[in-house]
Amino acid sequence: MAISKDEARHIARLANLEFSEAEYDRFTQQINAILDYVAQLNRLDTSAIEATAHVGAASQVLRDDAVRGSIPQDEALENAPERDAGLFKVPRVIG
Amino acid sequence: MSDLPRLTIGETLTLLASGETSAVEVCRAHLERARSVDPKVLAYRTLLAERALLEAERVDGDRRARRPLGPLAGVPLAIKDVLCTRGVPTTCGSRILEGFVPTYDATCVALLRRAGAIVLGKTNMDEFAMGSSTENSAYEATRNPWDLDRVPGGSSGGSAAAVAADEALAALGTDTGGSIRQPAALCGVVGMKPTYGRVSRYGLVAFASSLDQVGPFGKTVEDVARVLAVISGHDPLDSTSAREPVPDYVMGLRRGAAGLRIGVPKEYFPAGLDAEVEQAVRAALRAAEGLGASLHEISLPHTEYAIPTYYIIATAEASSNLARYDGVRYGLRAPHSDTLNTLYVRTRGSGFGPEVKRRIMLGTYVLSAGYYDAYYLKGQKVRTLLRDDFDKAFEKVDAIVTPTTPTAAFRRGEKVDDPLSMYLSDIFTVTINLAGLPGISIPCGLTRKRLPIGLQIVGRRFGEETILRLAAALEAQLKFREHRPLLAVDR
Repeated sequence: MAISKDEARHIARLANLEFSEAEYDRFTQQINAILDYVAQLNRLDTSAIEATAHVGAASQVLRDDAVRGSIPQDEALENAPERDAGLFKVPRVIG
Repeated sequence: MSDLPRLTIGETLTLLASGETSAVEVCRAHLERARSVDPKVLAYRTLLAERALLEAERVDGDRRARRPLGPLAGVPLAIKDVLCTRGVPTTCGSRILEGFVPTYDATCVALLRRAGAIVLGKTNMDEFAMGSSTENSAYEATRNPWDLDRVPGGSSGGSAAAVAADEALAALGTDTGGSIRQPAALCGVVGMKPTYGRVSRYGLVAFASSLDQVGPFGKTVEDVARVLAVISGHDPLDSTSAREPVPDYVMGLRRGAAGLRIGVPKEYFPAGLDAEVEQAVRAALRAAEGLGASLHEISLPHTEYAIPTYYIIATAEASSNLARYDGVRYGLRAPHSDTLNTLYVRTRGSGFGPEVKRRIMLGTYVLSAGYYDAYYLKGQKVRTLLRDDFDKAFEKVDAIVTPTTPTAAFRRGEKVDDPLSMYLSDIFTVTINLAGLPGISIPCGLTRKRLPIGLQIVGRRFGEETILRLAAALEAQLKFREHRPLLAVDR
C-alpha cells in the first residue's frame, strides 16, 4: 500500500505537522519504502491470533479513591512559555 | 586521582569504605576526566559540576558522622537526557524541549539518589530515543571513544560513550528497540534492558509505552547488577510496573554457568552475518560450554517479521505520545502564532527533527481510520507470534545467546540518509522489546579494526538473575576488560 502526496498532506494535518513541497516528496518516498517493507507481515495468517496489547502482567491497576497531594499550580506553570492568572496563555482558539 | 575514573563501582566502593579516597575526590576525578575528553566524545549534554560536588560532600559528611550509607554512596553516574531530573534541564535530544526543566525526578533517578549515587550529568541521545547512532540528536553527535569517526550507537549513545570513556562509573539508558544493548555492544561496555515492568517508567519521557524500559550501563556485569538492584521494583506511580519481588542481583552473580541450557537461535546467525561477529560469538559459546553450560540449537521462526512489527507498533505509540508537544505547557513555543492551531503546527514543525517527524507520520498513518486493522492490529497479532516463539523456546532452554548487532560500530554519516538501513541495525534486539523479556549485552571480542563486538543474552520474563550469572561467568572467562587496547580518545 503506497501513499500519495495528498494522503501525506492529510496525515500531516492529523499529526499537526507541516512540510514544504520538497519535504512532502521526500517523506512520501521514504514512508512508502518503509510501508513496502512492512507489507511482508501480510504473508502471515493471523486470523486466529489474539493481539498483544500489553506485555506486562497487570490488567486494571486501581487505587483507593482518596485525595492525595498533586503538583502545586505554581510548579505546574514553571515551564509555561506564557502564563496569566494561574493559567497557560495561548493564542485564540477559534478562528 | 587520575586513575580513579578507570575503576569499577566495586573497586571504588572499597576505596571509599577504607577511607583511601573520598566521594569528593572521586567526583572531582570524574569531572576532570569529563572536561578532558568530552570535547572529543560529546557524551554529555549537561555536566553538573557544582551540584555533583555538593552531593559528594554530603556523602562524605554522612560517612564521617557514621550515618547510614546507601549501596551506591559516592558513585558518580550519568543519566540519559530522556529521564526527568528535578531542577536540571532535560532535552530528550530535541529542540522542542530546549529550556525545559522538570520539577520532579524520575523514580529511577530518585532511587539512585536515595542510594547515595552522584548525578554527574545528563547524556546525549537520539531525539526522543528514536535512532541507532545518536546522530539524530538535535544538538551534537556523540562519538565512539574507540574510534572518533564512528558512531557510539543509539539512542543511548551518550550514556554508553560516557561509561566507555570512563567519564562516569555507570549510567542509565533506555531501551525501546535496542537502545541500551546496541550502544553497549558498539562501545564495548555492559548494557542491560530489564524485563518490561521491572523498572518504573515514571519520569521517563515516553517514546513507545509498551516497549520502553530504563536500564543500566556499566564497565562490568557486577556494576550493572549493582545499579539494577537499586532501580528495580514496583512503583505505584507507574501502573505498568511489576509487583515481582527484587532478588539480590549481585549475590546471584557467583552461581556460574554450570548446568545452564543455552539456546542458539539459527535465525540470529543468518548466512551473510559479519564473519568477525559470528566468530566472536561462537567462540564465547564454546567458552560457555567449557564452563559447564550446554548448547541447544533452537528456532525462533517469526524473527524476520520483528522489524516491520516494531516499526508499526513503536511509531504508532510514538505518534500518540509525542502529541503532547504542542508549545502550550512547556518547551519550545513558536512565536507570533495568531491561532492555537498555527501554534501547534509551527512549534512542532520547528521543534522536531526529520526522523521524529518521519516516525510520527508513519505512526499516524498506521493508526488512522481505514488502516488500523491492516497495520497496527496486524502488528499486535504478529507480536503475539513473536512472544510465543520465545515462550516455546524457554520451555527447553534457560537463556538465549545471540550477537547483539549485525556489525561493529559503523562510520558517522554512513546510514543517515537511509532510514531503513539504520532500522536494520536493531535486527537482533527489537524482538526482545516486543516480547518484554530481559536482555544484556556484554563485550565478547574485537574486530580486526579493534572495534568491540557485543554478545546478547536473553532471559525469561524476570529471569534477570539467570542472564546476569551467565554474563558474569562469560565475562570472567573472556577477560575483555583486561585486554582492552588504548581507546582512540586516549591516544
